[in-house]
Amino acid sequence: MTLLRFYRSTIGKKLIMAVSGIIGIIFLILHMVGNLQIFVGPDRINDYARFLHGPAAEVVLAQRVVLVVALVLHVWMAWQLTRINRAARPQAYTRREPQVTTLASRTLRWGGVFLLVFIVLHILHFTTLDLDPTFVELDVFGNALKAFDSVWMVGFYTVAMLLLGFHLFHGIWSSGRTLGVSPPSRAPLQRRIALGLALIIAIGFAAVPLAVWFGVVP
Amino acid sequence: MNLTLRVWRQPGPSVPGRLERYEAADISPDMSFLEMLDVVNEQLAVAGQEPIAFDHDCREGICGMCSLMINGVAHGPMKGTATCQLHMRSFTDGDEILIEPFRAGAFPVLRDLCVDRTALDRVIQAGGFISARTGAAPDGNATPVAKVDADRAMDAAACIGCGACVAACPNGSASLFTAAKVSHLGLLPQGQPERLRRVLRMVDQMDQEGFGGCTLYGECMEACPKEISIDFITRMNGDYLRASLSAGEPRT
Repeated sequence: MTLLRFYRSTIGKKLIMAVSGIIGIIFLILHMVGNLQIFVGPDRINDYARFLHGPAAEVVLAQRVVLVVALVLHVWMAWQLTRINRAARPQAYTRREPQVTTLASRTLRWGGVFLLVFIVLHILHFTTLDLDPTFVELDVFGNALKAFDSVWMVGFYTVAMLLLGFHLFHGIWSSGRTLGVSPPSRAPLQRRIALGLALIIAIGFAAVPLAVWFGVVP
Repeated sequence: MNLTLRVWRQPGPSVPGRLERYEAADISPDMSFLEMLDVVNEQLAVAGQEPIAFDHDCREGICGMCSLMINGVAHGPMKGTATCQLHMRSFTDGDEILIEPFRAGAFPVLRDLCVDRTALDRVIQAGGFISARTGAAPDGNATPVAKVDADRAMDAAACIGCGACVAACPNGSASLFTAAKVSHLGLLPQGQPERLRRVLRMVDQMDQEGFGGCTLYGECMEACPKEISIDFITRMNGDYLRASLSAGEPRT
C-alpha cells in the first residue's frame, strides 16, 4: 500500500529517477576511469578488458543487471512524468518567458532520448561488436582506433557526450534536491559540484574519440 | 503613457477564449497595473462593452488574489511583487502588453483573466493544519523555537497562495506552494506530531488535483511574489521520502 502510494506520486517517481540516475553516475565514473587507461597504452587497456571478462566476469554481470534495471526505471519514470506534466497544462500560453530555466533542463527530455539511442548503439558497437564486423574481441585499443577513424563516429560520440554533460549538470544537482539531502542555500540554483562533475565526466569520455582522431593516443 | 493591450477574453469556463486588442490611453506611470486595468474597464463600461474580469482584493501584496501572466511572466516583470504592486513605470510609452490568465489544468478559467484556484485550498485542507485543542492562547514563550527555525518557518509561511509558482512552471507543478505549506508547520514544534502524515496527504492531494511534477527548473522561485526558495521543495522531498520509509501512515 505504502509502496503503491509512493510509486503513484510524482515525488515518488522523481525519487526513483534520482536513485537510478545516481547508479548511472557511479557507473559512468568507473567506465570513464576504465576508458582513460587507453592513454597509458594498448597493453594496459586490453589487460583491463581481459580482467573484466575473466576474473571479474561475475561482478560485471551483476553490474549489468543493476544498470539495466536502473536504466529501464529511469526512462519509464521520465516517460510517465512527461505525460503527467504535459497534461497539467492543457492550454498553452500564447507567450511564456522562462526566467531561469537552463539549457540543461530544457534539453533534459530530448537529450535523454538521444542518450538512450546512443547507449543502444554504443553497446552494439563496442560490447556486442555488431556494428563493425572487423572489430576483434578483447582488443579494445584496436577497436577504438578503428571506430574513431571516421569523422562521423567521432562527431556522434562527441555530441552524445556534450548532451551527457548537460544531462548530468541538471541531474546531479537535482538528484540531491529530490532526495532532500542538499543543504539550504542562499543561491539554490547555483551548482558547483554538478558543474565540476559533469565537466569531468563529459570531457573524460569525449577525450578518447577526440584523442584517437587527432592521433595523440600512444 | 499610451499602451496597447492584448487581453485574453473568455466569457465562461466551457467557452473558447481569444485575445482582444485594447488601447489604454493617458495612463499615469504611477498607476498600479490593476489601476490601469480599472481605467480601461471604465472606458469599456462607458462604451457599453463588457469590462475585463480580473481577480484582485487587497492590492497591497498580501492576499494572493491577483494573478495575471504579463508578457509571458507571472505577476509581470517586477521581481518579488504581485501584480497589484507592479507599477506602470515598469513599462514604456507605446508598449504592447500581453495579458493572459494563469494557465494550468487545475486552474480552470472562470471568466477572462479569473481562474479557479480552489485546488490549492484543497491541498491545504488535506493536511496544512495542526490538530490542537483550542483554548486560551498559550504564553508567548511556552514553546521555545530556535531563531533560525522561526525565521525559516516564517519564510515558508510568507506564501500567499497566489499560484504564480504553478503558472510559471513549465510543468504546471504546485510543488513550491505545497512545499511552503508543508514546511512552515514542519519547521515548528507544534507541527511535529503530524509532520509525516501531513506531507503524504498534501502531496497526494497535489497530484490528484492534476498538477505536474517538479523538474527543479527554478521558475517558481523566480515568479513567487514572496521569493520563497526551492529549498523548501528539497525539504518536502526529504520529508516525503522519510514518510514513505516509515511503516504506514502515522495515526496521529
